[in-house]
Parts: sequence; structure tokens; C-alpha cells
Amino acid sequence: MKLRPILAIVLRQLYLLRQSPVRIFGLIVWVTIDIVLWGFITRYLNTVSGSGVNFVPTLLGAVLLWDFCERMMQGVSTAFLEDVWSRNFLNLFSSPLSIAEYISGLVITSMLTSSLGLVAMLVVATAVFHLQFFTLGLPVGAFILVLFVFGISLGILATAIVLRFGPAAEWLLWPLPALLSPFAAVFYPLAILPPWMQAVARVLPPAYVFEGMRGLLAGDAFPTRLLLEGGGVAVVELFAVAYLYARVYRRAVRTGLLARYSAEGVA
Amino acid sequence: MAHLTSTTSSDDAPPALRVAGLTKQYAGVTALDDVSFTVARGEIVGLLGPNGAGKTTTINVILGVLEPTSGSVAIDSIDLATARSLALTRANFAAVYAALPGNLTVKQNLRFFGLLYSIDALASRVDQLLGEFDLVHLRDTRCGLLSSGEQTRAALAKALINRPSLLLLDEPTASLDPSAAQIIRERIKRLASQEGCGILWTSHNMQEVQAVCDRVLFLSHGKVLLAGDPNRLPQDHGAASLEELFIRVAREPLTLPERGP
Repeated sequence: MKLRPILAIVLRQLYLLRQSPVRIFGLIVWVTIDIVLWGFITRYLNTVSGSGVNFVPTLLGAVLLWDFCERMMQGVSTAFLEDVWSRNFLNLFSSPLSIAEYISGLVITSMLTSSLGLVAMLVVATAVFHLQFFTLGLPVGAFILVLFVFGISLGILATAIVLRFGPAAEWLLWPLPALLSPFAAVFYPLAILPPWMQAVARVLPPAYVFEGMRGLLAGDAFPTRLLLEGGGVAVVELFAVAYLYARVYRRAVRTGLLARYSAEGVA
Repeated sequence: MAHLTSTTSSDDAPPALRVAGLTKQYAGVTALDDVSFTVARGEIVGLLGPNGAGKTTTINVILGVLEPTSGSVAIDSIDLATARSLALTRANFAAVYAALPGNLTVKQNLRFFGLLYSIDALASRVDQLLGEFDLVHLRDTRCGLLSSGEQTRAALAKALINRPSLLLLDEPTASLDPSAAQIIRERIKRLASQEGCGILWTSHNMQEVQAVCDRVLFLSHGKVLLAGDPNRLPQDHGAASLEELFIRVAREPLTLPERGP
């Protein structure tokens, strides 16, 4: 892999952000609204539950982590969709750019854009709702890493879907996180789920992350097993979607779909 | 039936492009049928044919965005199938249907594509191309806001960013006024004659083809039906002009009688 083609993909996104502040606004405002909304819900729950449970780290922390994961996915898929919307595929893939370089560029772009959202969420959650996010120490960083990898996998999967089925499949992308969130047990223990949903949760790294985080908040020991299992599943899935993307790309080259992306609208 | 394929490279230097036995089939339809040709360094080859003849399919295969069913493509003697990235560092293209991203400025686009092609001293190369294509005053304008002619100049500047050995131009002057088209034609002819760039040019403007191309290939039904000097081919085949020959090829594909000189 060469560095400069990867930088090109990142630079293109930075150009777009620089010349259109509305895009930066979009990266920050929705996640901030989420934190504000859930922040007040947690405050309300703290006042009415009478259980002594502090819902701020449990619910607000979960919202923050889940939003970060979702933004990672959207960062990858939106950067990819920029090329679909601008019909840039022919220019792009007739250059020496390799698929690995392209995907790397999308991932780095997503890291930069989702970091903006993460910082905004942390600032609001800490300043307004007194969420002590990093007091949990190292496990938080490890769990964020697992969610980061899963978010990337989801983003690559989403781009593979559009590449395979055409731009009209874009509408399939956006609901993906919402579709997975009930199985990922973001806001409740896994044990609440019926057995078949728990079975699905086993292939979702966020389920391990949120279960581990809840344990930590309850004062349990460092959830090494959950971290390793979640991390392992995330890495396996990352390789699986990378393989899938390569297959879909190869098919697009074989069938001429890639060329048609630029030459005409692909319904 | 005249069914010729031609390789006219007289130099010892390897050709800028060698296409051998290219066949592409989609779901039982043969889009390209055993197409072979070369483009020598410094040569401008016109790729002609009616709509659906296989011109764009040929270009897409050469660009590596369409995999052939069989056959091979070598750019600067580098096999596209086995060394795709390296081969494509030596090629570039411009086409009316592949405009530069409209939400980036001209300069941003050139820097973006310059990085994709790993160009050294990129800033000076971009400035040089902005000057060459009279784009300096438009460098901070988004490409989507440019006129057709300006977009064509920007696309050509992008196509030359890597000083390609092989340049593919799909109707590069289609949206230009006669004056702008002439300037672009002269620029491209200079590129071939002075810098040794091999150029594969598709156009439906037969006068332009005669003015620019050293050699033409007529594609029909995915086959190279005729090949030769665009100024001699009409008389060789009993046509008054290249345009008349084109029309005959388009209307009576694969049945054209050959008349020797």
C-alpha cells in the first residue's frame, strides 16, 4: 500500500468539510442532540426511580458509545457515497488506487469525522450531565476500540451493499445500526432478551462491550473474557467484510457495474 | 469482408498500449470479439464505430474497470491483469461522461488526483497544468460551476497530471466550441509528437479524426473491422469521405467490400 493515494481519499473529505461548514455542523449537532435528550431522560429517571441507581453512566455512557460506533459506520459509508453521488468511480478506479488503499482512506476519514462527534458528545455529557466517562480507566479505551472496529466493519458492509446493488440500495444503509441495536443490548442486560435474540447478540461485538460496561459500573472485576470475546468477534468480522468487499468489487469489475456507476445512473 | 487488425509501431520501443485477443461477453452477448491492436509511442489512434460497437467497453477494459472474458492488455509493456496499479500509473483518461467531482475546486481536484497517482513535486505540477490549460483564474472555482469547455480543460489537465505514456480520450472535444476544440486538438497533437504519449481517441467527428489521428480502427459488433490511415481508408474502400465510410460501417457491419489501393 502507498501512503499518498490513501492521503488523497482523506484529503478529498477534508476539502469538502473545509468548504462546507454545514457538513461539520452535521457531524456534531445530531450526536449532541442525542446526548442532551438522553441526559435529561437519565436525570428524570434518577429522580423518579428511587432505586439509588445512577442512570447517567449506564444510559448516557451507552448512548455515547453506541453513537460513536454508528458514526464510525456512517463515516465510512458517507465517504464512499461521496464518490457515488459525484459519479467519480471511473476516475477513481482507473487510477493506480488499490482497493486496500481506498478502504484505508475511508477508514481514516471516518476516524477523523467520528472523533469530532465523540469529542462533542464527551464535552456535553461531562459538562452538562457530569458523566465521568474515563474514571472507569483502561477498559473504556479497550471497549471503544472494539466498537471502533465493529463500526468500520459495518461501514464496509454498507458500502459493499451499495456497490453490489447500486446507489438505490443507499436506503438500506442508514437503518442498519437501528436494526442491530435491539440485539446489541445497548441499554439493557443480555439476559432480558429471548434466547434467539441472545444467539444473534453473540455475533455482535457491541453486545459484549455493553455487557462488560454494565458489569464494570456494577463494581464487577475487569471483564477480560467479554473484552477478548468481543474483540475476537470484531476482528473476525472485519476480515470477513473486507473479504466480502473484495468479492463484490471483483464482481463489479467483471460485470461492468463499476464502469456504469460513472457512465450512467445505476438504479 | 475486410477484417483487419493492425500494429503500426515502427519503433523498437515497446508500444504505449498493446491489446491482444480481447473478448468480453455479458450474459451471452459478445461486446468485444478478439480485438487486438497497439498504440505506439507518439501515435494518435482513433477508435471509431457506431454506438454499441464496443468503443467504451474497450476503453473500460484498458482502464481496468472492466475485466475481459479473455485476452490481455499491456500498458508500457506492463500487464494490466498482473500489475494493475503499476500499469495504471502510466495511463490516464478523460471522457465527457466522467467529469471531475463537481464539489471540489479545479485545484483541489488536481491535487486529489495528483496524490492518487503519487506525483512528486505535486504543487508545481498542478501550477504548471493550471497554466497550460488556462485554468489559473478558475483554480478556486468548483468544477460543477464550470462551463462545458472549462470542465473539458480541467478534465484534460487531470488526465495529464501523471505525464501518461498512454492517454485515453473518449470524445474529448464533444462539448467544445470550434475554437476551443482546435486549441485542445493542437495541445494533444503536441503531447503525442513532443512527449511521445500514445493516444487512443474516440470521436464521432470524422473531420477531427482525419485532422488528428495517425491511424484509425473501425469497430463494429465488437470486432476491429478496418484499420489504417484515416486519409487513405475512404478511397481504399470506395467511399468519398471518412464520414461516408463510417456510415457504411454503421449500416452494413461486417459486409464491407474491400477495395485495394
